[in-house]
Amino acid sequence: MSPARLLGAAGLAVLALVPLLPLGPAQEYIWHVIIQIFLWSFVGNAWSLMGRFGLVSLGHGAFLGVGAYTMVLLWNFFGMTPWLGTLLAVLLTVAFALVVAYPCSRFKVVGHYFALVTLAVGEVIRLLIVAERDWTGGSLGVSLKAGGVASDWWTLQFADRRIFYYVGLAAWLFGLWVWWRVDRSMARSAMEAIGEDETAAASVGIRVARFKMAITALSAALTALGGALLALYLAYANPDSLAGIGVSLRIVFAVVLGGMYSLLGPFVGTALTIALSEYLRIYFGIKLIGIAETIYGLLLIVFIIFLPAGIYGSIAQAVRRRLIRPSGDLPVRA
Amino acid sequence: MLDPIFIVEAVVNGILLGGVLALLALGLNLIFGVIDIVWIAYVDLVTLCMYGVYFLVSHYGWPLWLAGLAAIGIGALLGVLVHLLIITPILSSPPINQLLATGGLLFFIQSVATLLWSTDHRSVRVSLPTLEVGGIFISFTRLLAFVLAIVAMIALYFFLTRTYTGTAIRAVSQDREAITLMGARPQRLYLVTSAVGGAMAGVAGALLIIQYAVHPYFGGAFGPLTFMICVLGGLGNMVGAFAAAFIMAQVISVGGVLVSTEMGYVIAFVIFIVLMFVRPGGIFARRA
Repeated sequence: MSPARLLGAAGLAVLALVPLLPLGPAQEYIWHVIIQIFLWSFVGNAWSLMGRFGLVSLGHGAFLGVGAYTMVLLWNFFGMTPWLGTLLAVLLTVAFALVVAYPCSRFKVVGHYFALVTLAVGEVIRLLIVAERDWTGGSLGVSLKAGGVASDWWTLQFADRRIFYYVGLAAWLFGLWVWWRVDRSMARSAMEAIGEDETAAASVGIRVARFKMAITALSAALTALGGALLALYLAYANPDSLAGIGVSLRIVFAVVLGGMYSLLGPFVGTALTIALSEYLRIYFGIKLIGIAETIYGLLLIVFIIFLPAGIYGSIAQAVRRRLIRPSGDLPVRA
Repeated sequence: MLDPIFIVEAVVNGILLGGVLALLALGLNLIFGVIDIVWIAYVDLVTLCMYGVYFLVSHYGWPLWLAGLAAIGIGALLGVLVHLLIITPILSSPPINQLLATGGLLFFIQSVATLLWSTDHRSVRVSLPTLEVGGIFISFTRLLAFVLAIVAMIALYFFLTRTYTGTAIRAVSQDREAITLMGARPQRLYLVTSAVGGAMAGVAGALLIIQYAVHPYFGGAFGPLTFMICVLGGLGNMVGAFAAAFIMAQVISVGGVLVSTEMGYVIAFVIFIVLMFVRPGGIFARRA
């Protein structure tokens, strides 16, 4: 095994053991923070599948929201098990993503314009959720109805947080696996060519529209799954926390902060932003409301100005420059 | 069936709203056209100017017109600060980073406002009469804001077409490389543009505070809409942005009366998305 793999396996073992360690009275809270990091990293990974190929979407909140609300409403109103509800949510989101992606690739909406169209899509979904308040609870959000039994695999509601810890871990690893598969595939070269120059890519026989729609569908499906899992875990969905511009920007921030061209970039960025905002929130408590977010915003600006390749991306670049090994096999891909 | 008079009233209100939206869109569009960076936080600068007017009037007892003029200065100063502190270091960064740096500024402004002034809604009470014309009620405040917005836009027009600096600014937006060959310094022009764009935000802030209560997340209501208008009119195209502002204002105002406020916005955004597919360069783009 190479050192990088060994390190990965060791890290994974530690993560898998965290729920079994005695962490004292704060253990529930620590699990809660890590679960959120897993789920948001998963969503960030899904976003980066598009972002790394120049498809900068500012509308992933829409996919997250459609996924979460479909699952929650199917359970609340029809008692459909989240297993099936999540599946339908993912399918619906993919269909919705294709409706947006088809004209975008057909009419060559790229760059700034793609970002702004997706931004509008995100707002449409958020406003629709607010407008349909009879169903969705409007801007107050909607709670997942309790299943009656404390822990149940049918309703996927668990009194014990640790079960969701492993669900989150599994989701995150699944996201990494998908990212890795895409990274190793022919599709990656095709998508990179498309990201550089669509016309040139088309001229060498790459089916531009097909690849763009496929990657969008994949990214939307994973994001919807992430949204449904988040809603399940929190047992609550809110148009501002799971749809709209705010959450879309937060996803992008975390990924760019970590580094969107590397496997672990989204995880590093998400872990840092969540840990930072949790730390600031606890440190300042209820005095000075807003200070935590102020520092957070300030740090984001500073990081983006001074570390444009992202934290993990910059470190990976530096390591690579130092450790170019004879075989040319690199410890990390960036 | 809805009384037609409500629709007429909605149309009139839409025109009045369009004036202020056009002002916002022109300010953002000027900056985009010249510096080629979208200031996601532009409308949040407007929020800060609204707070400025509010505090000058209600805490320091300034007359409203003087506070409004001060807001123009505050806006220009904010524009310069944003340019020097945030935009200058990232001028050559990838567009996604530029977008996110000003997005970070958006979070920052919203949370600083929450920190300093809490989430209370604050408004400057202006007791102006409501006009009644043929059964339609028109708020005099809105009418005043509309007229002043038009005046500000005419002033901007004259600045851009009749002054030396204005001409240079238009030249930069046409060809970034050529202007340096003509001996102008783009850095200085960027700074002037940021100041003028900021001043427009100040005017908009002064006109908005007499109609709406300000709170830290005020920018969220107008921000996305302002981008849509700029893109719809064609990024950098001033005439296009002006027309697009009135179209979007009509959709929101009339749609709001016919269906509901949120649906008015939904319809406006959907129209935006569809038009983006049909006319990606904006509704007034010349066909290539």
